[in-house]
Amino acid sequence: MNGHLLLEILVAAIGAGTPFVYAALGELVTEKSGVLNLGVEGMMLVGAICGFIGMAKTGSLLVAVLAGMGAGMAMALIFGVLTLTLMANQVASGLALTIFGVGLSAFLGLTYTSIALPGVPALPIPWLSDIPVLGPLLFSHDILIYGSILLYAAISGFLYRTRAGLILRGLGEAPESAHALGYNVIGIRYLAVLFGGAMAGLAGVYLSVAYTPMWVEGMTAGRGWVSLALVVFATWRPSRVMLGAYLFGGITILQFHIQGFGIDIPSQLLSMLPYLATIAVLVLISRNRQTIRLHSPASLGIPYHPQS
Amino acid sequence: MTPRLQLEGMTKVYPSVTACDRIDLSIMPGEIHAVLGENGAGKSTLMKMIYGVIRPDAGHILWNGEPVVIRNPAHARRLGIGMVFQHFSLFETLTVTENIALAMDGRCRADRLAGRIRTVSEQYGLPLDPNRLVHSLSVGIRQRVEIIRCLLQEPKLLIMDEPTSVLTPQAVRTMFDTLRRLADEGCSILYISHKLDEIMALCHRATIIRGGRVTGTADPAGETAASLARMMTGHDLPRCAQDRPAPGTQPCLEIHRLSRKAEDQFGTDLDDISLTVNRGEILGIAGISGNGQQELLRVLSGEQRLDTPETITINGQPAAHLGPAERRGLGLAFVPEERIGRGAVPGLSLTENVVLTAHRMGMVRHGLLCMERAAAYARNCVRSFAVRCGSINDPVNSLSGGNMQKFITGREILQNPALLIASQPTWGVDVGAANVIRQAIIGLRNRGTAVLVISEELDELFEICDRLVVIAGGRLTPPVPVAATDREEIGLWMGGMFPDRPAVPQEAGHA
Repeated sequence: MNGHLLLEILVAAIGAGTPFVYAALGELVTEKSGVLNLGVEGMMLVGAICGFIGMAKTGSLLVAVLAGMGAGMAMALIFGVLTLTLMANQVASGLALTIFGVGLSAFLGLTYTSIALPGVPALPIPWLSDIPVLGPLLFSHDILIYGSILLYAAISGFLYRTRAGLILRGLGEAPESAHALGYNVIGIRYLAVLFGGAMAGLAGVYLSVAYTPMWVEGMTAGRGWVSLALVVFATWRPSRVMLGAYLFGGITILQFHIQGFGIDIPSQLLSMLPYLATIAVLVLISRNRQTIRLHSPASLGIPYHPQS
Repeated sequence: MTPRLQLEGMTKVYPSVTACDRIDLSIMPGEIHAVLGENGAGKSTLMKMIYGVIRPDAGHILWNGEPVVIRNPAHARRLGIGMVFQHFSLFETLTVTENIALAMDGRCRADRLAGRIRTVSEQYGLPLDPNRLVHSLSVGIRQRVEIIRCLLQEPKLLIMDEPTSVLTPQAVRTMFDTLRRLADEGCSILYISHKLDEIMALCHRATIIRGGRVTGTADPAGETAASLARMMTGHDLPRCAQDRPAPGTQPCLEIHRLSRKAEDQFGTDLDDISLTVNRGEILGIAGISGNGQQELLRVLSGEQRLDTPETITINGQPAAHLGPAERRGLGLAFVPEERIGRGAVPGLSLTENVVLTAHRMGMVRHGLLCMERAAAYARNCVRSFAVRCGSINDPVNSLSGGNMQKFITGREILQNPALLIASQPTWGVDVGAANVIRQAIIGLRNRGTAVLVISEELDELFEICDRLVVIAGGRLTPPVPVAATDREEIGLWMGGMFPDRPAVPQEAGHA
């Protein structure tokens, strides 16, 4: 394999990993507050079709992004009302949300299946994109990819450098203690759930508007589930979510190329490779029980009933 | 002078019980005021109403003479009310500084806050390292974090809910010095406890609560422990029978040089533990929780097996490689610390829970269960230990904590085991019921059972044990007869200051 091909694979890996970055970082914030939302796949799909419709109708990327994020938040709001206000089971509600999202997105997208969008132009950053190797790798992407990297920086800073992030982590660790200190547990969890929904919606928009600019029913193809798994295997740490997302994207691209070389391995086996490799790597680097305990939200999935 | 805080007719009604019934109370600036009552008397509910955690159904609160409605804990803190909770309200995976920052309303820089924590904690004689993660701290230090967290807000009223239940006698004294200093500086302190000696030593006035109502106020210095106890429980305290036969000399449980690395990262390694419990003797293991008790119990109960059978012997039989059921076959009965989950299955009825450990008591015939016998056993247990329950067919989780404890302890004791291992046998049980349990344990001993009790309550250990050891940092002190030691010495050992003198000869137990 020559250097040019390697670079090409790496550049493509960043694009392939970006939907996971958005969806998994959003879900990470939700889970840090102690809420497990299994509806990521559904929120992504609804975000994808709403973003696609927005783009097709107006041609404005901003409208597409806002429509997708709004749709994801609306889906998350349904989940929030069910689990936070009505105290329904989080696992069952999340599964239901995904099933609902699959159906709703297919319905909304009925008349949009044969349209192709122009895609989102790359936005090379002047000067920086001319650096050999690093230029094409880091500075010649579209705006949604830059946005995902900014999101990572923002969430890392938020969680570990701000007071609000500290409150969020404390809340997920011990909601009773947070309540006793006077924090509005349910209110903060609503915000975290809505943020997760917005990011899942944005991940969908990236897929349907930028990555493969068209609408296909069920086009997320399990990426929401992979994002959920990434959060857990990354032990709720943003940097490892990024690593997992790009690793998954990279191996997905790599196995396409291997198939292209005509190596005699059944393509079904190769398609399993991203899942196996990503899980293996993340499990191996995160097997220290103490660090898992330190980063995992202890109240994850447990409904909180405030006393009155 | 206007009282700092005045309560009038505070009432809180829950569906099944009136937790607080028209409670009046007033406290002056600089006063240390005790609220005395048994478990379940309504003390904690009352304090949570003052702190704004729960809302009263009726009643008024006057703060410095002004009527206020305390909406939430943040509001209470703004008024100048601080609270140290009985079950700590700390975040285990965060550092001391982060924990305290979460309770401070104003924005403050982390490094500056760490400095203030150092200064204030040293100023009050409760030094703290701000950068430690809370889960790595002992229970006593965690309580310091709670106290310092309150003190940093310069409270006018400090509420302390059963603060000494986890402290060594020495640590209690340090805390009392701190509280007295605070009171001298004008801070009022509401001190909730059921420990009479502490209240007599510390408090200026006491309000006694029973069954959600105020049954009296008193000047603790002018009362005796007996008179306070009568106001608290409504009757005189029975004492455990003191006449008892001399302990046996035949070993029943022997541990030979047990060392084991903890499975859990936050656990304690067991370090060269040797111990003998004789027939007809109660041996107590004192110690602050988190010093290896959990790990030792798992090894003793058989939940954690060892490869070396000879490390633990029961009546001379190697047992360290056996599981819990096989050890019960050798005559072991076991009362774990956690009632739900390890002690009983919450969703099963009392009768079914009896079968789980007592099936050897003739409840299995030809491989089938004989539920009538199980029901008879459960009825006997409920009667003998005064378990308050609807019927023996009710699920165990419908019982209150104290009644569940009585039921589980009773179930084990009625099996007449050769060896009883009990962890915190009276934890969360009110004074009367605790006495029933202690009496039953002593009766078992008098009939020749070897008993090992692990407890944090020194009073309890001194009341029922023949010999004591202390566990600290995964190590055991040599055993010492109860008559040859006192709370002071045991307290020092609990703090990790091990005796440098040689092991007390075992024969001393008969002297």
